[in-house]
Amino acid sequence: MTSPHENADAVYKTDALIAEDIDAYLETHQHKSLLRFITCGSVDDGKSTLIGRLLYDSKMIFEDQLEALQSDSKRVGTQGQDIDFALLVDGLAAEREQGITIDVAYRFFATEKRKFIVADCPGHEQYTRNMVTGASTADLAVILIDARKGVLVQTRRHSYLAKLIGIKNIVLAVNKMDLIGYSQATYEAIVADYMSFAASIGIDHFTAIPISGFKGDNITANSPNTPWYHGAPLIEHLETVEIDLVSDQAKPLRMPVQWVNRPNLDFRGFSGLIATGSVKPGDAIRVLPSGKTSTVSKIVTLDEELDEAVAGQSVTICFADEIDCSRGDVIAAADAPPEVSNQFESTIVWLDDDPLHVGRAYWLKLGTQLVSVTVQEPKYTVNVNTMEHMAAKTLELNAIGVAELATDKPIVFEPYNDSRSLGGFILIDKITNRTVGAGMLHFSLRRAQNVHWQPTDITREAHASLKNQKPRVLWFTGLSGSGKSTIANEVEKQLNLMNRHTFLLDGDNVRHGLNKDLGFTEADRIENIRRVGEVAKLMADAGLIVLTAFISPFRAERDMVRKMLPDGEFIEIFVDTPLEVAEARCERPVQKGTQWGAQEFYRH
Amino acid sequence: MTRTLTHLERLEAEAIHIMREVVAEAVKPVMLYSVGKDSAVMLHLARKAFYPSPPPFPLLHVDTTWKFQEMYKLRDRMARESGMELLVYQNPEAQERGINPFDHGPLHTDMWKTEGLKQALDKYGFDAAFGGARRDEEKSRAKERIFSFRTASHGWDPKNQRPELWNLYNARKSKGESIRVFPISNWTELDIWQYIHLNDIPIVPLYFSAKRPTVERDGLLLMVDDDRFPLREGEVPVERSIRFRTLGCYPLTGAVESEATTLSEVIQEMLLTTTSERQGRIIDKDGGDASMEKKKQEGYF
Repeated sequence: MTSPHENADAVYKTDALIAEDIDAYLETHQHKSLLRFITCGSVDDGKSTLIGRLLYDSKMIFEDQLEALQSDSKRVGTQGQDIDFALLVDGLAAEREQGITIDVAYRFFATEKRKFIVADCPGHEQYTRNMVTGASTADLAVILIDARKGVLVQTRRHSYLAKLIGIKNIVLAVNKMDLIGYSQATYEAIVADYMSFAASIGIDHFTAIPISGFKGDNITANSPNTPWYHGAPLIEHLETVEIDLVSDQAKPLRMPVQWVNRPNLDFRGFSGLIATGSVKPGDAIRVLPSGKTSTVSKIVTLDEELDEAVAGQSVTICFADEIDCSRGDVIAAADAPPEVSNQFESTIVWLDDDPLHVGRAYWLKLGTQLVSVTVQEPKYTVNVNTMEHMAAKTLELNAIGVAELATDKPIVFEPYNDSRSLGGFILIDKITNRTVGAGMLHFSLRRAQNVHWQPTDITREAHASLKNQKPRVLWFTGLSGSGKSTIANEVEKQLNLMNRHTFLLDGDNVRHGLNKDLGFTEADRIENIRRVGEVAKLMADAGLIVLTAFISPFRAERDMVRKMLPDGEFIEIFVDTPLEVAEARCERPVQKGTQWGAQEFYRH
Repeated sequence: MTRTLTHLERLEAEAIHIMREVVAEAVKPVMLYSVGKDSAVMLHLARKAFYPSPPPFPLLHVDTTWKFQEMYKLRDRMARESGMELLVYQNPEAQERGINPFDHGPLHTDMWKTEGLKQALDKYGFDAAFGGARRDEEKSRAKERIFSFRTASHGWDPKNQRPELWNLYNARKSKGESIRVFPISNWTELDIWQYIHLNDIPIVPLYFSAKRPTVERDGLLLMVDDDRFPLREGEVPVERSIRFRTLGCYPLTGAVESEATTLSEVIQEMLLTTTSERQGRIIDKDGGDASMEKKKQEGYF
């Protein structure tokens, strides 16, 4: 351990003030602002060492932890007799065993001016999703470079991801300066190299600092080893850089409504976290997507009613008028409302082992809105190492691609560049409930505004009552050759004898007409089912009992159709024929990859 | 005109946002209430989040029957003041077998806390439980999500956590699964104290120094809180000025000698101290390096 505490004391906390006048210390401490940042680098860039250094210098490491760290360092450390700070930061047993950082770890420290939350992100390409996660809440990114190695593939990757997530403040920390003899020439060559790369991906501004996390150079104070460096040391830069929330306050008001607060008939408030802008009693507001307007009557908190609330605060707002407003709506400045649309271009980062299924319905959560969404085939994916665009049919784990998406109802949004809160979304698998993707909306495709529902006078109830029956969709599913078409046909014959109005949609027949443009790729199979679902729904609207016979092995697609119809109208019938029987009675050779056993049906 | 929010204002806003998301999306949420300082802050945040409504969920105390007497007093008082329902659960099997920290070692925590918590959540069918864990407390907690999913058998899989981006929390779960939610994940010990100070939040008097009967055992200073404390040969309780930095079962919680009788003095002492707050807890040390990670996988909070 080099560089004892004396140096750091002035920056971090004044023990003397704490000892002499604790109330004065508390008074200054409670006015500190908060900066969230990420550190990115690869295994050997010294990232964990830097964080360990920040924690140690700010005395966030206690003696008992230090003792444990010292014994761990000797046992499994990689720094000889010196303390291996990486052991402090790598929290999971699996990480310490493998000597790598897998998951994002959050660390906390404070200086005299600010409190900091550091998201320590793994650098490997296979942990791209973890880095994106850590970056999503950060105001600033520290990108570490090993001074002996210069700008590497991972430097480009980390910079691209930081830029993608919209981090405006980039710090290029050229680390391990002690190992290159504090060479100014080498440092400047690295910075120049990085500058030309940064410009190519749209980073027009960054701050470069020569440091040694291990020795402590230019961390808390300017180092005598780099007299040629005239910028601020790392901590001072972190203490003074502008926080995103401050610029967010200058934007128009946006507050996604989380919860309607209604303790009794006399009180109705709308609770949420203000995403951008500010709000005062008397302000004219508009509720989106309905577009209804009112005036703010009061802003309520447990302590007092507020004269003003700003971006970053959680509040409860009351209106002067009783207008409809519920979870998922957005309260906005009346004269500057955000857009509403249902078709978008977006960039998506895929987070799950199971790749994107083009055309499948996922949940999309944006702000407090939760809607059903389908994603089109990606226009391209980005190679995160070279920034090259590549053609792709889908998105695999860690892939980043640009794709269009369509939601089942209009949502309130803003381009991600204007608002992380109203432009950032996650995708959730409807069956596994896993968070499978994260994305950023760029712009609306504007088709939504041109398509309206045309109300008709003869309702679906009227259609059905004329036929004296209840509309139903009988969805026969089962293996190829299971006999579902034969059985469906028999059922329709029986219904016909009972004077019921029916129609049978058969998989093969539909592929001769409506769906003849579709092939057998996964996306086409999903689209095949979607169209059949829509047709079945129209027929049910017309009052018919619809029978369909499709293999439809995935529960996700069957559920998609189920949700198109009113509750209880979709009846799923699984024709459970043993595989060998199905194969024997199959009239044509079964296509490779299309045969499913009963187990798969249940599992999916 | 812009106004820079302080770090406590931002942490408060984040915690309130998290609680409201859970209430909006979960079927039957509950707040785990352990009566410590973190629970005190969490309860205060809940009252802020839903004011003027009372928090729309009950408090659940998974009781080991071995907490300090003063903790039980404050627990009942806070339940009354907040207008929330208080559920107290004691594992009947641990009760019946007379499991206690003196005779049963790690089994005490396992039966009363870990098993007790699982039983209580199953009994009432809660699908989301707020907990007061903080990321700065322990290494494996630093890597835990704010929304932490548990299988039907309450297990935690650290390698299979859901990514958590921006402030978008995915609260959807399959049947039988439940979520542990940690609204004060990003708070540090100092933040907790400072928030208590600024908001005048009632806490258990044991956090302040007073003369209390103690014995020194296995390097820990233990308080003789009631006559169930079996004294070893030669042990005589001694009055010492002590206080606690963290509160659990009294036979498992080490005190520190201190003269800090006010909140400012407690904070002052905390800032000048050189050991971490969990150091006084025996429970973290059972089973070596990754003991908390292991406990969490088994269903400990």
